[in-house]
Amino acid sequence: MQKILTGNESAAWGAMCAMAQVVSAYPITPQTTIIEELANLVAKGMLKAEFIKVESEHSAMAGCIGAQAAGARTFTATSAQGLALMHEMLHWAALGRLPVVMANVNRAMAPGWSIWTDQNDSLAQRDTGWLQYYCESNQEVLDTVIQAYKVAEAVDLPVMLVLDAFFLSHTYEAVDIPGQERTLGYLPPYKPSIYLDVNEPHAFGGIVPQDVYMEFRYKMQLAMDQALEEADKADEEFNRMFGRGYGLIERYHSDDAETILVTAGTATSTARVVIDDLRARGRSVGLLKIRLFRPFPAQLVREALAGCRRVAVLDRNICVGMGGIFAQEIRSALYHQPPERRPHIHGYIVGLGGRDIIPEVIEQIADDAEKRTVDDGRMIWIGLKD
Amino acid sequence: MAMHYKDFLRIDHMPHMWCPGCGIGIIVKAMLRAIQTVEWPINDIAVISGIGCTSRAPGYLDMNTLHTTHGRALTFATGIKLMRPDKHVVVISGDGDAAAIGGNHLVHSCRRNIDITLIIVNNNIYGMTGGQCSPTTPLGAKAATSPWGNADPPFDISSLCKGAGATYVARGHVGSGVQLERLIRGGLNHKGFAVIEVLSNCHTQFGRRNKLSDPIELINNIVAKTVNVRQAAKMSREELAGKYPVGLLHQDEEREEYYEAYKKVIQLAEAALKR
Repeated sequence: MQKILTGNESAAWGAMCAMAQVVSAYPITPQTTIIEELANLVAKGMLKAEFIKVESEHSAMAGCIGAQAAGARTFTATSAQGLALMHEMLHWAALGRLPVVMANVNRAMAPGWSIWTDQNDSLAQRDTGWLQYYCESNQEVLDTVIQAYKVAEAVDLPVMLVLDAFFLSHTYEAVDIPGQERTLGYLPPYKPSIYLDVNEPHAFGGIVPQDVYMEFRYKMQLAMDQALEEADKADEEFNRMFGRGYGLIERYHSDDAETILVTAGTATSTARVVIDDLRARGRSVGLLKIRLFRPFPAQLVREALAGCRRVAVLDRNICVGMGGIFAQEIRSALYHQPPERRPHIHGYIVGLGGRDIIPEVIEQIADDAEKRTVDDGRMIWIGLKD
Repeated sequence: MAMHYKDFLRIDHMPHMWCPGCGIGIIVKAMLRAIQTVEWPINDIAVISGIGCTSRAPGYLDMNTLHTTHGRALTFATGIKLMRPDKHVVVISGDGDAAAIGGNHLVHSCRRNIDITLIIVNNNIYGMTGGQCSPTTPLGAKAATSPWGNADPPFDISSLCKGAGATYVARGHVGSGVQLERLIRGGLNHKGFAVIEVLSNCHTQFGRRNKLSDPIELINNIVAKTVNVRQAAKMSREELAGKYPVGLLHQDEEREEYYEAYKKVIQLAEAALKR
């Protein structure tokens, strides 16, 4: 079935296809229409789920954690300040090894107050032990929700999928909806390995002394390593069943390119147009889209960038005091490569607080990168006003 | 007394973002008139808010203001008041902001009895995000997150605050700006934690889903549910069902204000350290 859906509605329909059993959520712009659509789907009987109207995002995630620990497949959605308020619970879900799935609508952090997109909210949660996917289209949002459950439940880690505020959350596209029956063939009902079972009781959240805490963390790392394989498998299997695959990264005209731009989120779609245009004018440029950010697909990124001379990373985020976060990750991934497989990496700060990344901006970045001969590691701000 | 709006408002920030017919304008006006009549120097007042339609009010005030995070206005305000106990702190909040995500801070501010005046605009819905159920949405009412009617019992904010220890609790409504101004003035003059709950209209998000989309009709509906507190005292429990007593509901001038109590602890500690 095809429907015209917003990015937010696509997230909700994804959770519907995956048959989430408990939705626990709190309103926040620009996420709210995700949970409204879920409330609608539940009210119409299209999704047999409990919908809990909690009193804050902290409680929303706690509600998911409780339900997941009781053996249910859960879903929630949030944005920016809401995600920040959840921070304690994000750690809880991950360290409790509960495969909660959540959509986060990328919105800039306050103050000053902004409801528009940038990636600082989700990237600030990088170290909580959640997987993170960055989506580019509404179809990818819906498909990623379904894939997210597959991966999360295979490795017992929670997954956050991320979509840009307004550019994706509130814009409409035709979206193919697999429906619950077909999704069931891909994603079987949730069978928790350990849960609060009345017949065989288990305890979550006990005190862990110094002599075993590290081992818990080590097991999480092993699960993250496995998640990289599971995410790849989940995408391939999805492609076989539904005819759509995205990869963990996507290389667009990057094999022969001297300059490769790196993007995540909706800026990718705009960048594709710019790449086509620049290549038509004879420029040797390509694109690398990062879809999976945690676990970081370092080896795939190394291979994608091995042959080019320079990389221009578009960071719609800023780690103040260090620079763009995607640029840092890529530099780190390439550090141990031999010099001939280690291109110059230029980090661009762009589009913060929802400032539009239009084709001219991306072309300006490509122009700038092509002129640079020294890799000095400095952050480059694009479009700053005096 | 003539109202000097330009002394209080950032006229350059008009027009405001509230819907035509919204009760928040009436409430902000009542608050400003109350502030004007207590004759505090304007720079001695800080107005703090959280998130939501109501919490946008400080953005239009030409005063010391802090637009904080969702539900936490009272905690920021507590910090300000303890740093500058000689100054006046007013918090303006909504039902979702004050009673849901900020519910914890609400009851603890009541418990401490800190000298802050809190105005809660209770319009029974999350307006800004598009009409989701709030902790004061009536049973059975429709909202974006309760298309078949709300099953979560609502809070009585005034009773909650009285029970938690607030020493001035009043309830007004947008149908009477004059009464509201008087109740807010009483709160400003009160030494201790003062709560003024204001029954207000969100015809856009609450009314639209509950056959009350006309603002006048919704305000009349609110007014019809109110009963003066003196009248309410003579009514039976059955007669009061579904009614909201309005006026000064509770006042206790005896209980010690939080900073006054805190000062004594400081004096005790200082005396002990000098010994």
